Amino acid sequence: MQKYTFNAFLAAGAMAIVLFAHAGHMDLYIQSVLMLMGMNIILATSLNLVNGYMGEFSCGHAGFMCVGAYVSSLITVIFFTKDRVFGPALLDPSLAMWFFPVAVLVGGVVAALVGLVVALPSFKTRGDYLAIITLAVNYMVISGIENIDAIGGPRGFSGMKRVINSMHDTLDIPWMLIWVLAGTVFSVWLLRRFVASTYGKGIISICQDEVAAEIMSVNTNKMKLIAFMLSSGVAGIAGGLYAHAYGYVNPQSFNILKSTECMVMVYLGGMGSMSGAVLAAILFTLLVEALRFGIPALDGVMHTVGLLPDGYEISQVWKWVIIPLILILLMQFRPEGILGNKELSDVFPRLRKFYTFK
Amino acid sequence: MEILIQNIINALQFGSFYALIAVGYTLVYGVLLLINFAHGDIFMVGAYIAFFVATFFLGEYGLISPGAMSGMAVLMLSIPLTMVLTSCVGVTLERIAYRPLRNKGAHRLYVVITALMCGLILENGNLALLGASRKKFPELIDKAVWTFGNISVTNLKVAVIFTAIAVFLFLHFVVTRTKIGMAMRGISYDKFAIPLMGIPVNTIIVFTFILGSGFAGLAGFMFAMSYPILEPYMGALIGWKAFIAAVVGGIGDIRGAFLGGFLLGFIEIGVVAVFPSTLRDMMAFSVLLLILWWKPTGLFGVAKTTKI
Repeated sequence: MQKYTFNAFLAAGAMAIVLFAHAGHMDLYIQSVLMLMGMNIILATSLNLVNGYMGEFSCGHAGFMCVGAYVSSLITVIFFTKDRVFGPALLDPSLAMWFFPVAVLVGGVVAALVGLVVALPSFKTRGDYLAIITLAVNYMVISGIENIDAIGGPRGFSGMKRVINSMHDTLDIPWMLIWVLAGTVFSVWLLRRFVASTYGKGIISICQDEVAAEIMSVNTNKMKLIAFMLSSGVAGIAGGLYAHAYGYVNPQSFNILKSTECMVMVYLGGMGSMSGAVLAAILFTLLVEALRFGIPALDGVMHTVGLLPDGYEISQVWKWVIIPLILILLMQFRPEGILGNKELSDVFPRLRKFYTFK
Repeated sequence: MEILIQNIINALQFGSFYALIAVGYTLVYGVLLLINFAHGDIFMVGAYIAFFVATFFLGEYGLISPGAMSGMAVLMLSIPLTMVLTSCVGVTLERIAYRPLRNKGAHRLYVVITALMCGLILENGNLALLGASRKKFPELIDKAVWTFGNISVTNLKVAVIFTAIAVFLFLHFVVTRTKIGMAMRGISYDKFAIPLMGIPVNTIIVFTFILGSGFAGLAGFMFAMSYPILEPYMGALIGWKAFIAAVVGGIGDIRGAFLGGFLLGFIEIGVVAVFPSTLRDMMAFSVLLLILWWKPTGLFGVAKTTKI
């Protein structure tokens, strides 16, 4: 029984969050931070599969997220709402609550197919050249979507709020919070299972030495294909959740800055550590939100002390100076990240007793 | 026909910028095997330094009386000063961010991420310090337009193209004919044996950064003269594209960087001439992806073989 403690604890925690939100004890800001945290966990763990476990350098992860976001929100908007461009709803809007996970999963599958564009060149090349390919794919996805005018082009795409509202009309519970929690647990579970499987061992062997792995009869091409597709597919799931949580997507919100955010989380947590990526995603989200309040507070203090001239304010842009600076310092003093390539249960072996989250 | 030649000239001008920046990537990569992702932002810093230097000489800060120098004199003084100051930025980055990591023998990937973060700091630091208002680069020389039939060429375009070619010849000379170039090639060949030959590795690396960042500063100056609106994110996209140009040419090879830069210029202008201009980025990146698919190590790259 003891070994299910963690699962029970997780379920109880998720339940408590949902109940709190439903009872109205949690304002929308805290809910959105929690959702962002969940999405960041999905992104960080999925990128960790490629960058950490497989040892490739993929730096265009947000592109897949973009594909997932657009595809799943197109599906929900076409099927469940009356839209100016796409006409009346094809299905009864009250079915939205049942088919929403399907839409998000389809978004993930399409993102995985786009991941093929990265996976196939990765057979021949690795290292720096692969970095360019992922980057180019990120730019191509953004640029491609900006050129399709039916889905809003550079103006972005909205209408997902109506889907969520129709879900609320059917049954009034905090839907997005539930879906994000479920998606997070599902993605982390999926990736954890994958890494612990024989496939995962093959992927780790590619990281250690590709040639030796090939000799030891690891089908490296297949492994790379699976790893890239799984990683991009899970990123697509995160994208679908993101689109519906905010009710609006814009191609530019999935640009290289978002990809960099994903990389920051992976390297903050440690390469090849699932629990490290989860921890780092939580820490990173909290840090970004803390800076949202910390910077105006610092601004106020500096003004009262008189260190700053009157007309000058510390703007929120400094957040994007402080976060890279933290990562640079991390690279200087602890390059392997918070947990390195150890899991939390390796650092604290006693945790294993409570741990079957595989 | 005229349109074709006009487009070729435009492509050459665009390609010159890409080539000048791609050279910085390729030099650093050739010596250190490090993708200096901050290079595009060093280009942006170069453009800003050019702005401040030029306005300083034009007398906007009150130290020099306005109008004391003619535009040509300002240009002549600002170009070397911009190059020197920009290379200082590049070397500072190397000194405080990359060298400690290198001395610790950190994995190459960590240095790459540090470079990426340095780039973010440069662009966002610039945005935070100088604000979002765009800067207008002063016009230093009068624009002369030469027309041949229906083709019109400005003196600036010709200057940009000739600068790029001159830089290529200079760099090719430095890398292949001088002792310091030989040392650079030596480090890229075997960085463990080269100190045993009595070659100061760190000095050579600093020299590489001086060359690369200096020419990024020159490119920034030229860019600011051609497109006189400066903004903090101007370096990001052009930097990535120049990097891709360097990779397509085969990173680590100066000929490749130049060829890749001009190729990218031609692709972009060609796409704009035929398709709607919003497709530019997508088509350019797709073509480059296809080239990489066909030749995974770039046009001039040599495939590495792994011995077991």
